[in-house]
Amino acid sequence: LGFFHRHRGSTPYLLLAPGLLFLGVFFLVPLGFLAYQSLQSGTIDFGYSFTWQWSNYWDAMTNYKHQFIRSFVYAGIATLIALVVSYPVAYWIAFRGGRWKNLLLLGIVAPFFVTYLIRTLAWETILADHGLVVNTLRNLHLLGILGQNGRILQTSTAVVAGITYNFLPFMALPLYVSLEQIDARMIEAAEDLYASKLHAFLRVTLPLSLPGVVAGTLLTFIPAAGDFINAQLLGSPENHMIGNVIQSKFLELTDYPAAASMSFILMFIIVVFVLLYARAVGTEQLTG
Amino acid sequence: MTDQLTRRQLLERAAVGGAAITIPGILAACGSSGTSASGTTVEHTLAKTLHFSNWPLYIDTKGQTFPSLVEFQKKFGVHVDYKQDINDNASFFGKIQGQLRRGQSIGRDIIVMTDNSRYPSLLVRKGWVEKLDKSAIPNIKNLVSVQRHPAWDPNRDYSLPWQSGFTGIAFNDKISDPVLSIDDLFGNPKLKGKVTVLNEMADAMSLVMLSNGDDPAKVTDQTFNKALAKIKKAVDSGQIRQFTGNDYAPLLAKGDLSAAMSWSGDIPQLADPHVHWNLATDGGDTWTDNMLIPTGGNVYTASVYMNYVYNPQVQALMVAGDPKKKIVGIYYIPPVIGAKEVALKVNPSVANNPLIFPTQKMLDNVHLFDPKALNNPKYLAAWQNLISA
Repeated sequence: LGFFHRHRGSTPYLLLAPGLLFLGVFFLVPLGFLAYQSLQSGTIDFGYSFTWQWSNYWDAMTNYKHQFIRSFVYAGIATLIALVVSYPVAYWIAFRGGRWKNLLLLGIVAPFFVTYLIRTLAWETILADHGLVVNTLRNLHLLGILGQNGRILQTSTAVVAGITYNFLPFMALPLYVSLEQIDARMIEAAEDLYASKLHAFLRVTLPLSLPGVVAGTLLTFIPAAGDFINAQLLGSPENHMIGNVIQSKFLELTDYPAAASMSFILMFIIVVFVLLYARAVGTEQLTG
Repeated sequence: MTDQLTRRQLLERAAVGGAAITIPGILAACGSSGTSASGTTVEHTLAKTLHFSNWPLYIDTKGQTFPSLVEFQKKFGVHVDYKQDINDNASFFGKIQGQLRRGQSIGRDIIVMTDNSRYPSLLVRKGWVEKLDKSAIPNIKNLVSVQRHPAWDPNRDYSLPWQSGFTGIAFNDKISDPVLSIDDLFGNPKLKGKVTVLNEMADAMSLVMLSNGDDPAKVTDQTFNKALAKIKKAVDSGQIRQFTGNDYAPLLAKGDLSAAMSWSGDIPQLADPHVHWNLATDGGDTWTDNMLIPTGGNVYTASVYMNYVYNPQVQALMVAGDPKKKIVGIYYIPPVIGAKEVALKVNPSVANNPLIFPTQKMLDNVHLFDPKALNNPKYLAAWQNLISA
């Protein structure tokens, strides 16, 4: 303790040190390696050498633009659906959950107790060509709109559904936390001041829950854009996302420079997106 | 001042040099047991444990135990640390290549990789595998003749086959007429959207090239592109629904798929009376999984184990199992002469299954994929673009 007294000015840094060290060793250093690798050329047979190969980036963007675009479109749709689905659920648990709150929250998190891969494989059964879901859609004449060639599996619908399902808790939990914190007296006050229920929601509840919306959308969108499991298992090659291409470059083709440059492009687009989003909604929403 | 600087430089260099000498030393010390990587002298003492990485469902089982490994331990006093952690060649190679590249042991004495991927030949060319100790493997004489001189390891100095298999076509008779050719698989409108193709280039391209009347053992740009275009057309028309590893099998049994390009051993394992497997009428392809000793593995212990599985008695039990002792076999194609004769006595129903002990007619109708094409980066990239884009 005497040490801390003598070096009071450095205390914050000392407290930060473990975290910074962790980030440095496990994030920044590998990121540096990745950047280094993304500018290499060569093959696994003859070895790789650092040649400032900027064309890796250009090739990635021109050859795989469809997969990049598809990734962001799928992730965007999945994020929107997750928001629309989980907001009412989170709202209901926060304001009407009562003593069941914890149990209901557990219900949202429960799928996480099963591994990601198994959860995704389960959708192969749920959406099977002769399963309940597809037969019901067929009888309702919705299969033509949602599906393709008389099926749901191996279509974009299945991929988006899989992503939405897998990342839903990342949306629901931050929403719940921000809704939970809202002082119910504020809504009462709005109603006392002759706001209708709808108005009170739109002018009081919704703005106060925005930090949760922002956190939830980011937590859902960012991993969803880089996902490849859903497209691999529930999609056909026409539904593959940039994650699938990176996976195949890294593991199948051992073309590490191309894979590294694609990872960087993906990261760059996401960072730009987050900055624009933060600017649009205001940074104070990001930090709550 | 200059004196001071040079002294400092000297110290810095000494420190860097010291680190360079000691770090690999420390890393090597952290690696697993086993003989040194250079391996000029081979120790003829058995290790306590043999570290063996293999594919899942690829050894004889009795409940949760592996009888042939239990027997090996009884006989030689070597415990086998058996890991079923190879799911596909590419990802396993991805996992181990970093350490091998740095000359470190990967903590395994035997790994198993398929010759219709480019990895076994790559491992040999890179010098990332140890030479077998053939003095410890007299049973190598039981290796079937077709397997003796593969192009990538002409004298079997580095590898021995584990099991082989065929690639053909499977169909579900509940929802489909027999599908026996690639042209039917890709062109029959009744199968539209209910067909999958294997994601291994050698398997898929061999079958399609044969259907084009081309030789998969001698791939040219022209035959490659022709076959690729044929598959692409079937993808674009919606005929082919997906490219898969062996995850097609449950979908086929469930009826989401009518027919699929398929590996021979998957179908006996599936044990569904409605799912049938055939070589394509135009011919199929064959592949072999090979045992290799990665750098730093214990050569002598691994060689003794290889000799053990090349004993026909042991091999027969591993492949066909023994219903009386409740041992379930591997059900792939064994590379060991004499295994069939033993299996016929112990488990005749399995020994008579042509998917396990194939007929001469079948053997005449299967082909090897061109090993040069396997390593052609242009082909590999074109194939990956087709299946993942």
